This record gives sequence, C-alpha cells and structure tokens, in this order.
Amino acid sequence: MTAIDLGLPKIGGLDGVPTTDETYKAKDFKSDQEVRWCPGCGDYIVLNTMQAFLPSLGVKRENIVFVSGIGCSSRFPYYMNTYGFHSIHGRAPAIATGLAVARPDLSVFVITGDGDALSIGGNHLIHALRRNVNVKILLFNNRIYGLTKGQYSPTSEEGKITKSTPMGSLDHPFNPISLALGAEATFVARALDSDKKGLSEVLTAATQHRGSAFVEIYQNCPIFNDGAFDVLKDKDESARRIVPLRPGEPITFGSENEYAVVRGEFGFDIAKVADIDASSIVTHDPTIQDPSYAFALSRIGGQDLSHTPVGIFRQVSRTTYDDAARAQIESARKTQEPDLQALLTGNDTWTVA
Amino acid sequence: MSTSETTPEQTAGDRTRPVEKLDRVVIRFAGDSGDGMQLTGDRFTSETAAFGNDLATLPNFPAEIRAPQGTIPGVSSFQVHFADYDILTPGDRPDVLVVMNPAALKANIGDLPHGGTIIANTDEFTKRNLAKVGYETNPLDDGSLEPYQVHKVAMSTLTRGAVEQVGLGKKDAERAKNMFALGLLSWMYHRPTEGTEKFLRTKFARKPDIAEANILAFRAGWNYGETTEAFSVTYDVAPAKLPPGQYRQITGNTALAYGIVAAGQRSGLPVVLGSYPITPASDILHELSKHKAFDVTTIQAEDEIAGIGAALGASYGGALGVTSTSGPGVALKSETIGLAVMTELPLIVIDVQRGGPSTGLPTKTEQADLLQALYGRNGESPVPVVAPRSPGDCFDMALEAARIALTYRTPVILLSDGAIANGSEPWLIPDADKLPDLRVQFASEPNAMDGSNEFWPYVRDTETLAREWAVPGTAGLEHRIGGLEKADNRGNISYDPDNHDRMVRLRQAKIDGIKVPDVEVDDPTGDARVLALGWGSSFGPIGAACRRVRSSGMKIAQAHLQYLNPLPANLGTVLESYDVVIVPEMNLGQLATVLRARYLVDIRSYTKVAGLPFKAAELAEVFTDVINDSEPSADGSDAHVLTEAVE
Repeated sequence: MTAIDLGLPKIGGLDGVPTTDETYKAKDFKSDQEVRWCPGCGDYIVLNTMQAFLPSLGVKRENIVFVSGIGCSSRFPYYMNTYGFHSIHGRAPAIATGLAVARPDLSVFVITGDGDALSIGGNHLIHALRRNVNVKILLFNNRIYGLTKGQYSPTSEEGKITKSTPMGSLDHPFNPISLALGAEATFVARALDSDKKGLSEVLTAATQHRGSAFVEIYQNCPIFNDGAFDVLKDKDESARRIVPLRPGEPITFGSENEYAVVRGEFGFDIAKVADIDASSIVTHDPTIQDPSYAFALSRIGGQDLSHTPVGIFRQVSRTTYDDAARAQIESARKTQEPDLQALLTGNDTWTVA
Repeated sequence: MSTSETTPEQTAGDRTRPVEKLDRVVIRFAGDSGDGMQLTGDRFTSETAAFGNDLATLPNFPAEIRAPQGTIPGVSSFQVHFADYDILTPGDRPDVLVVMNPAALKANIGDLPHGGTIIANTDEFTKRNLAKVGYETNPLDDGSLEPYQVHKVAMSTLTRGAVEQVGLGKKDAERAKNMFALGLLSWMYHRPTEGTEKFLRTKFARKPDIAEANILAFRAGWNYGETTEAFSVTYDVAPAKLPPGQYRQITGNTALAYGIVAAGQRSGLPVVLGSYPITPASDILHELSKHKAFDVTTIQAEDEIAGIGAALGASYGGALGVTSTSGPGVALKSETIGLAVMTELPLIVIDVQRGGPSTGLPTKTEQADLLQALYGRNGESPVPVVAPRSPGDCFDMALEAARIALTYRTPVILLSDGAIANGSEPWLIPDADKLPDLRVQFASEPNAMDGSNEFWPYVRDTETLAREWAVPGTAGLEHRIGGLEKADNRGNISYDPDNHDRMVRLRQAKIDGIKVPDVEVDDPTGDARVLALGWGSSFGPIGAACRRVRSSGMKIAQAHLQYLNPLPANLGTVLESYDVVIVPEMNLGQLATVLRARYLVDIRSYTKVAGLPFKAAELAEVFTDVINDSEPSADGSDAHVLTEAVE
C-alpha cells in the first residue's frame, strides 16, 4: 500500500463556507427558545461568549451548524439561531463527521460534555480526532453528571462522593487534553468558562483551524459540583495555578511570573525562575509536530488543579478526513464518467433473443 | 439430474463421445477452505451464465478464514444449479459432487442421492488426511461408495505435471488443482472456456507465472476429460429460454450496491455510506467504495453506531445516507434508527441477516431479524421494512427503500440475507433511463402556518405526512431538531401530554400510509384452497416447491411479501381467500406472528432455522401434507408429491 499525496492546499477552517457582508450581532444568534439551564450554570457564560463571538467569523449564519449529544451542555443547539441537531448520547462526533463529509460549505461545531464525550462517546471522540475531521469539538467539563442528577463522571477526581459512589469513586479520571493528544488531535486547547476573553481567543483559533479542533472548557455546575474550579477563579490562588500558554513566549506564571515550566527528566517540571537559568525555560510552540511536546505540557498539572495550562497546546496542519474524501471523489470523476448504464451492464453479458 | 435423451454426437473439436442431454444439473464443488472452491464455483457459474443457462448458486463456507487444514470445520463448498429453463433455487441436492479431500467427502456425502457422481482428488486421500476426519479405511477403495458413480482423479499429481514447465515449487504448483477440477467439469458440461482464461490472466496480471500455471492446470483438466477413457459421456444442458434481453450474472450484495448507486443517480443526491465491516454485508461496503465517480462516499467507521451516525449526519446535510450491516450491527444501530424516526430524516439501513442470536452463525443464512426490524427500538418507533426475494431483486428493493426514505423522510430497513447476498443468478440488465425518478425538493421557503416568516420543521405534507427536508445552508430556515419530542408543526421541544399522543400517532400514520404495491398471487388454476406465503430469500424454494406440488396434480397458490411494513393493502383480503395459509420461515414464525396479530387469521407456520435455505423437496412435502389435511381425496387416500419433478 502506498500513501498518496493528495496535494491539498493548506487552507483555513472556514474556507468553503460562504461569507456575508451582513453585520451580525450577538442577538442574531439567539434563538426564540427559553434557556433552561440552572441559575448560575457555567453554560450560560459559554453560550453568551459563543453568541458574541460568532459575528466575528463573517460567515453566513445558515451555514453554521451545532451538533450535540446528550447532557446539560447538549441543549446548547436549541438556544442558537443557527442550524442545530441535538442527537443521542455520545454520538455527536459521528453525526458531525457525516455532515462535514457531505457538506464542505458548513462550519460544524460539536457541543459535548465530559460524560457524553469521554464516557459513552469516547470511541467516536478519539476517532474523529485521529481522522482530523473539520469539526470543532467543545467539551464542557464540569466533572459531574448533571442531567442525571449528580453521579461521578470520567473526569471526576478519585474518591469523589456522589449519589452512585457513597464510599467514594474508584475510577481514575481522564485528562481530556492528554487523551485528545494521544489521539493526535491537530488542535487542542483549554479555556475557562469564566474567562470570556481567553475563551473567545481559543474559539477564534479553533474555528480558523482546518481539521478537528478540541477545546476543553472548564465549566462550573452550581448544583451538583459547585466550585470545582474555584481555585482557578480565586484571585489569590489562580495566578500560581493557571499556566497561560502564549505561542512564542517562555512559559512562566505566578503573580510576579515567578514560576516557569522547564524540561525535566521525561517531561516538563515546574521551577522557580529565581532558581534557574532563563535559557532553561520552555518557550511555547504549539506548532511542534510531535505530539509528545503538547502531551508533556498537559501533564504538568494534576487533577487537583495545582497547575493548569490554559490556551492552545497544539496547533498543527494535517490533511483533514473530509477534504481527503472529497478529493478522492474529484479524482475518480476526473478519470471516469459516471455512466450508470455501463456500471449495471458490466463486462460479462449475454443476450437472450 | 433428469435425462431427456442420449445420442452419440460429434461435438467440439475432434471429440467423439456420447452426449447426454439434460434439462438441469446441480454441481457442488467442495474442498478445504484454502482450496479455492469459491473461486472455482464462481468461474463455473460465469461460464454457465455466458453459455446462457438459467442458474442459481449457493456458496457455503466456514466463518474461520483458515480452519485447520483437512478438517470438517474447514470445508468450503459452492453449489451451482443450471438448467435449460427458469429455475428458482440453487438445488436441494447435488448431482455431481467434486471433493478435493476426505473432509469434503465426509461433510457432503450425506447430501448426494444414490446414483450421484463423485469426482475425487485421490492425492489427498492419504492415511493422515483420512484419519483426520475419522475414516478408518479409504472410502474410495473400501466399497462404501458403491451406490455412487465414483471417478478417482489424481488431481494434485496431474496438476503438478501440467505446470512443471512454469518452474514453481511443489506447493505453489499444486495450488492450481482447483483449476484442474474446473477444467474437467467445464469439459464434461461443454462450458465455454475463454472467459476463465481471460479472467485468470487479469487476476494474476502481476504474477504471470501463477497465471500461466492456473491456465495450464485448467487446460490439463479439460484435456484429461477429453483424452482419457475415464469419462464415457459428456453432458449438454441447452441454453434457457429466458425473457429476451441482455443479461449478466449478479450476486445480491452487488445488486444492492448497484441499487444504492442508482438511487443516488436517480435522486441527484450524493450518497454517503457509513459502515463497519461485518459478515455477510461487507461486500456492499467494498463494492460501493469503488464507485466514487458516482458521488458515492464510503466511510469505514470506528463502529456500527458511528456508521449509522455518519449516514444520518449526511442525510441531515441533504445526502442520501446509507448504512450496511448484519443483525448484530442493527442491534447497535437501534438508538440511531430511533433518532432518525424522531427527526424524520431519510436513511437506508441494510441488514444482511445471518444466523443469530449474538454472533450466531456469521456465514450462514437466516431470516430471524424481522421482529427486530419491525419492533426492535424503544418507544413507538415505526420503520418501513422491505425485503428482496432474490439476488437480482436486491437492486429493485434498494431503489424502493430509497423511494420510501426520500418520499416519506424516514429510515427504511432493507432485510436481505446471507443466501441472496452471496448467491447469484442471471439478471436482466435494466435500462438506466427507465429507473424510477427519485428527485426530491428541499425546503426553500418559510412555511409557518400562522403566516409569520418562520420555518416550522414539523409541518407535514397533507398527503404523505412527510415533513420538509430543510438542509443547513438554506437562509431563513434555521431550525433545531433532535431526539426530544417535538411540538406538532412548530417542532420546538414539547413535553405536552396531548402533543406527545398526537405525534406518536402521526408518526405511525405516516408509515402506515406509505404506498406499496399490492401483493400478487400466483394461482395457475385460480381455485387453490391453500396459499403458500413467504418473504425474503425463501421465494426460490417456496416457488420450486409449489411447482413440484402442482406437477403432481395438486393445487396451491403462492404469494411473496417484499414489503413487510407497511404490508400490502390487499393482503388481508388475500389471506381470507384461502382455507389454509402456510408460511415457511427460517425463524420460529416471526411473520406468522405478525399476520395473526394484524389480521386475526389462522396461519400455519412451518419453520426451520438450520443456517441453510429451505430445500424445495422439503417444502413440497410440507405443502402436500397441508393440502391433504385440508381436502382429503374422495377415496380417502392422500396424494403424494413427485420426488423427481420440475423445480
């Protein structure tokens, strides 16, 4: 088997999606449906950010589609005045794959949660990412099952007491960023629901990326897992925990930038800037092809949020599945006329008089 | 094998040998799964098709790719039935059994009627191979095969000798022995040989010496028949008088794939197949993946659920979404079929049934997924179900599935099965321009019933009850759909009790109202009191059994259902017109259950779930018993079915 270079041009995530001169406002993306998330839910902030961000894309509203699975976050499409498909549990990446393959003129978003994407739909997620289908997958991670009223999720911390785990959860959690990088996702980022600016920046880059973009959004569930990310939002705590990833810049953090990410024995370590030579600080480069780099970054913090890199971990270019599928169709059409009669007749016939 | 006349006759070349004229023959090639029996059978079938006989085939192979060599589980066989008239089945029992080793003999001898012919490759009847299958003495020599005509041919040795000049190793040389067998049988039945030689040269184009060896072995087999005195007669089966036109040979899976390509062309929609490999449906994926020029995209998904998910996503985007699988795959796809029911999007789900439950018998046939197709989902989830009745009919029913899916915006399940998927028959090539027009109209305008400028996704066509197909990219029609219950017309989420009751009934009414053709009854005398009713691949054996019954002077009517949901509008009347309705099925009576519940009629159910198609003789006996039970003859004696009859 030989690999075929399809000679695809390097294009952006929205190339092929019709643009518009119309100036949309956030309200143009609000549907007439009443939003029914619980008061204080982090999903509201993400929804507002999305509605405020979409006008900046300059593409026609009717060419934007939100596909979701099941869970609180998956109600998202109903609140967007775009096309929307609220599907079944875990399957949104599969449905979005078919849609993206059939329709190069659409900007396709998948809205999913930690249960939807990492538990019941884990298989579809990793395969969409490895195929590099041109869809944007936004995973709202609240580390709990909300819609079914409070069972632990695949991102809940070990030992978590929930309705289904009165003596504590036995499961070791997924690190969603590491998982996506393990599947060699070409775009991987993390954002916080409370950080509207950071989230908008990540969404912009994800949308412009041609291929699968995976964005983990830490999102607070005020009812069943309230305050899960408070340490990242607390003024005193956040500076020494959040590690901002800025392309081209040395990775430092802390209120005085007193901490830095440095190379360790296998991966990366955290060190005090004062204790080290400045040259040993890692300069962030999300375009490094080898996913080990971004993977190492994803490992510097633990489930306890002691250090949490935020921003774009990886952003590399690789042929997308849907572009390649269409290229094969085009290439077949160049060499063969679609002659139905010839197909039905075949090469081996006989005639009865 | 019925004989009409024997005459010494000059035939091809300078060969003078008595030629026996036959009206039909059943040949079974049997060997180890590594012996190339499927290929041998396939080639003999192609030669036979090219000659102009009517034919039907039955491949039978193990699920294991290479079961232990020389053992019974490793036996693979291919049966071909050909005749000078239109036949309906691959034949109950072989007239000629070609066995490449002792395991093949042991596994198949039970099916060979006394007087039948055995052609055995003696080279493989070694002490070791005999012991492997429990023969204490060599059946070729110990007299146990006395009731049969046995031809002992050292096929491996002769093949080795024939291909010596190519210079292959012993093992590679002997691999061509299946072509030796094919050559010998081709000589016996006067089959044309050009096609096979051409085929071998193409197949082994990159390995010219293998091509050469196979052709030499093939010719050696032919010459062996011609030059040795071992075979005193050859046989002639005249071409069949089929309806005029251009024919080709086709398997059910190929016909299904072509039907899907044709549906895409006739609807003007791109086709997106989402599929996961599964026996016996994988060939549909393989075939469709070759036809990208027809705007057919195939996605080999990560699992069955992703396969149908991608297909449904493509349908949502305005393509013709298709997924192909077998019973276990349908079980996995059920939830997504339900989503397609709820979102009322077109989708074709192909289920090539195999033996179940669970993994069951992957390479064997069964029709036990009917109730799964009809009812195997949560909630009230009506889905149209169609079932082809022969390999060629798969083409027509694929187009019908597409018509129903596109017209009524619904998932449609097509139930094929292992027997017609791999079986083949001559196919009258259709005129592509005369295939049904399947063009569809996407929604383009707001349709709100209150006159506002909105688009309501669940407004229905008054005749078909189908909702509009509004594809993303259409300005002004932005809307949201999903698996939650929808408000009638407006399509917003609704938990209203009355609305749910109305929507459940509307979805059911839409499927109930699908227009399908009336079922036709074949009743030559017009006054039969017994109706044999079947569905799916048992059409052939049921029809052949009816012919046998009729040829012995009894009356029986036959009807066959290609539409299982909704059922044809005239079916109730048809059922009531007969004293007895006998329904043979390769399950435990699933259609019978449906018919009893639906029409409150007594149904006589005859069932067998052996992984193999019904035999015509078996059904003829069943039908005869039913007829005798229902109308005892004047003298009190029962009529008997002819055992050697037309089929």
